[in-house]
Amino acid sequence: MKALHNLVEKVKPNFEKGGKLEKLNRTFEAFETFLFVPGNVTKKGSHIRDAMDMKRTMFHVVIAMIPVMLFGMWNVGYQHYLAIGQEVAFLDQFVYGLIRVLPLIVVSYASGLAIEFLFATIRDHEVNEGFLVSGLLIPLVIPVTTPLWMVAVATIFAVIIGKEVFGGTGMNILNPALLARAFLFFAYPSYLSGEVWIDTTLQEGQQLVDGFSGATALAVLAAGELQYLPSAFEMFVGTIPGSIGETSTVAVLIGAVILVATGVGSLRIMLSVVAGGLFMGGLFNLFAVNDFMAIPPYYHLIMGGFAFGTVYMATDPVSASQTGTGKYIYGFLIGVITILIRVVNPAYPEGMMLAILFMNVFAPLIDHYVVAANIKRRMNRLKKAEVTIQK
Amino acid sequence: MSKVIKIRRGLNIPLAGEAEKILQTPPLSAEYAIRPPVFHGLTPKMLVEEGTPVKVGTPLFYDKYNEDVLFTSPVSGTYTQLVRGAKRRILEVRIKPDGRNEHIDFGVESAGSISREQIVSKLLKSGLWPAIRQRPYSVIADPKIKPRDIFISAFKTTPLAPDMDFVVNGREAFFQSGLDVLGRLTDGDVYLSTQTGETMSKAFTEAKGVRLHAFKGPHPAGNVGIQIHHIKPVNKGEVVWYLDVQDVITIGILFEKGIYDARKVVVLNGPEILNPRYYKIINGAQLSSFTDNNIKEEAGVNLRIISGDVLSGEQIERDGFIGFYDDQVAVIPEGDKPELFGWLIPNTDKFSVSRTFFSFLMPGRKYRHNTNIRSGERPFVITGLYEKVLPMDIMPMQLIKSIMINDIDMMEKLGIYEVAPEDFALCEYVCPSKIEMQTILREGLDTMKKEFA
Repeated sequence: MKALHNLVEKVKPNFEKGGKLEKLNRTFEAFETFLFVPGNVTKKGSHIRDAMDMKRTMFHVVIAMIPVMLFGMWNVGYQHYLAIGQEVAFLDQFVYGLIRVLPLIVVSYASGLAIEFLFATIRDHEVNEGFLVSGLLIPLVIPVTTPLWMVAVATIFAVIIGKEVFGGTGMNILNPALLARAFLFFAYPSYLSGEVWIDTTLQEGQQLVDGFSGATALAVLAAGELQYLPSAFEMFVGTIPGSIGETSTVAVLIGAVILVATGVGSLRIMLSVVAGGLFMGGLFNLFAVNDFMAIPPYYHLIMGGFAFGTVYMATDPVSASQTGTGKYIYGFLIGVITILIRVVNPAYPEGMMLAILFMNVFAPLIDHYVVAANIKRRMNRLKKAEVTIQK
Repeated sequence: MSKVIKIRRGLNIPLAGEAEKILQTPPLSAEYAIRPPVFHGLTPKMLVEEGTPVKVGTPLFYDKYNEDVLFTSPVSGTYTQLVRGAKRRILEVRIKPDGRNEHIDFGVESAGSISREQIVSKLLKSGLWPAIRQRPYSVIADPKIKPRDIFISAFKTTPLAPDMDFVVNGREAFFQSGLDVLGRLTDGDVYLSTQTGETMSKAFTEAKGVRLHAFKGPHPAGNVGIQIHHIKPVNKGEVVWYLDVQDVITIGILFEKGIYDARKVVVLNGPEILNPRYYKIINGAQLSSFTDNNIKEEAGVNLRIISGDVLSGEQIERDGFIGFYDDQVAVIPEGDKPELFGWLIPNTDKFSVSRTFFSFLMPGRKYRHNTNIRSGERPFVITGLYEKVLPMDIMPMQLIKSIMINDIDMMEKLGIYEVAPEDFALCEYVCPSKIEMQTILREGLDTMKKEFA
């Protein structure tokens, strides 16, 4: 440790003001603080500070995503070999997925972090840790077949338009990772719907099995082909086609436990989203006129991106509602709107992404009314006090 | 019987180095000092020349914007030196004691026999007035205003706070006399708050002429601001006063004996103290007079000495002087060593409210907390955390943001009159973005004060 620290201290002057690489000061700082928690001490205010910081917070979200990522990698391989009708060992399935998914993750991180470092340098602030999470979220919410250049373009768009124009991490209105997905969805719709969920690159001598469809559960339902719907168990475990990280409710639940146990993710939001989803699903059941409306409400929780969005996307503290009461409303409405879009709107089989983005926009409004209620309590108290004085 | 108010939100920070209940009287300090910057917003104007002999209670300076408020010498001796800082700001008014302990006689009077005006003028003349502070703004009380109520907290919950039962021991009668005086200063009530199950001293539990409330719960339940909020919150246009238990005692002595007795009990503690204990000193004493030979000297460990508690106190040098309002000196290690992957490694010797460290598995453990800030400052990201340590119907993040954008109307609406920086100390402590919330809040209070001056 001492040697490493000496090395850092030795090259440091190059990056400081007047040094040869002065422009890369912020980049150097980011790597330095990544290696070492700096020996900076409190100057004002509280002399002691909680050991928790932004890096550790974000890192725990990344940890919580690892089960989903690993399952996603395996499922990519599993679905691939299923489509071509080959039976291979578990490890082969995983390695195939790893080879396919890793480039997406690398491209996402590389392009996003490049922009983050650039803006940190231009605006002269420390590099924020927020992208550590977004960088892994983006590859997990897209189909494995998405071209790498598209991932790069979407990531850059999301970081600049979704975050940096507002002032960087903490100031954004929309969830950057979802914005990247929305960008792809609307800019390149043919790459984000239809038969894109399974990697069907064939090598010589390989062919797709008969009757291969590759449609997601939601697409099957939207098409009214109930007979092709995977079983609830399959959907819960996640051995179904879909975006890389979204398929397994089990893996997402493991992540949820990590987020809630460490106190990083908001249980309040997660539960409200689920409540909203079940409520709306139940409501449709009552007035069911087609198969989609009639499916058991809990099916909605295990299909598509509902679980993933609930745990990793809706809980983003910056774009979510920031008040306690607001979080209940925000989460509940996400659940309701998701199911509404899924069942009622024929153009979009999946509603999670749009529901969260929509509620991201409305979160400040919800907060406004929650704050207004707090202010009103204070005003009423003041009025009461004035009345007493006059008496 | 008093009413119990349960505080559910908050946090007791487990800091090592709790003091034994032993009271010592250290020898007279080489020098004493009053430090005007301790009184927020004060512009001092000197009344005496360097080299003047002073008695206990001789006025040294006054408040330029409130000329009645005098600051008097805590010891008899010679006013030797005026220490100035940048822009000629007065930092310290130093007095060399002569050990003769000569007092100015302010006259023995019972609070019941003289008018409110006479009481106020006596407090002002003796230099005791600055002990009375007010909300809003958390500054020295304005003697021209009659407060709605007066609040006193009979317990402290800050990390390693002195035990007020122990502090008041032997001076119970003076405390009661002080309360009687305060009762004359307001048309409202004097409120005294105790801690359920902890406060035992009859000086508090059987205090007369006050309205008693018992509180139960973690820090900041002992903060007078939290208590005011739960008993009778400060509305716009209202002013309440508050003071510490020992200042009430000093007021009691002033009326019983006619003198300014600047002696007070302070606790010296923290993880870097060899024998943490209590000392009876004279206010303004040099720290070295009672910390010498009691601080751990470890090679390579720099120390931070704090007058006050570790959350809101003030960093001072070893030969510095204790703050006027402080009854604690805490010594903790500096955290000036970089730590390889410190943000990443699971670690058992760090305390955190978040459950990303293992501290939550070891509830009884005490920590040798250092001053490392852990990270650079970030914008607000995490929500819902601050509310967990601020037991008030106040939205901390929204209030701080309104101060950041200088929105006076919003600050008022969000309740800035009810809070003081110390109430936000825990918010600042837990903040993963490392935002200086106490400093920001103080700026907000200054803005409001100026706006309505």
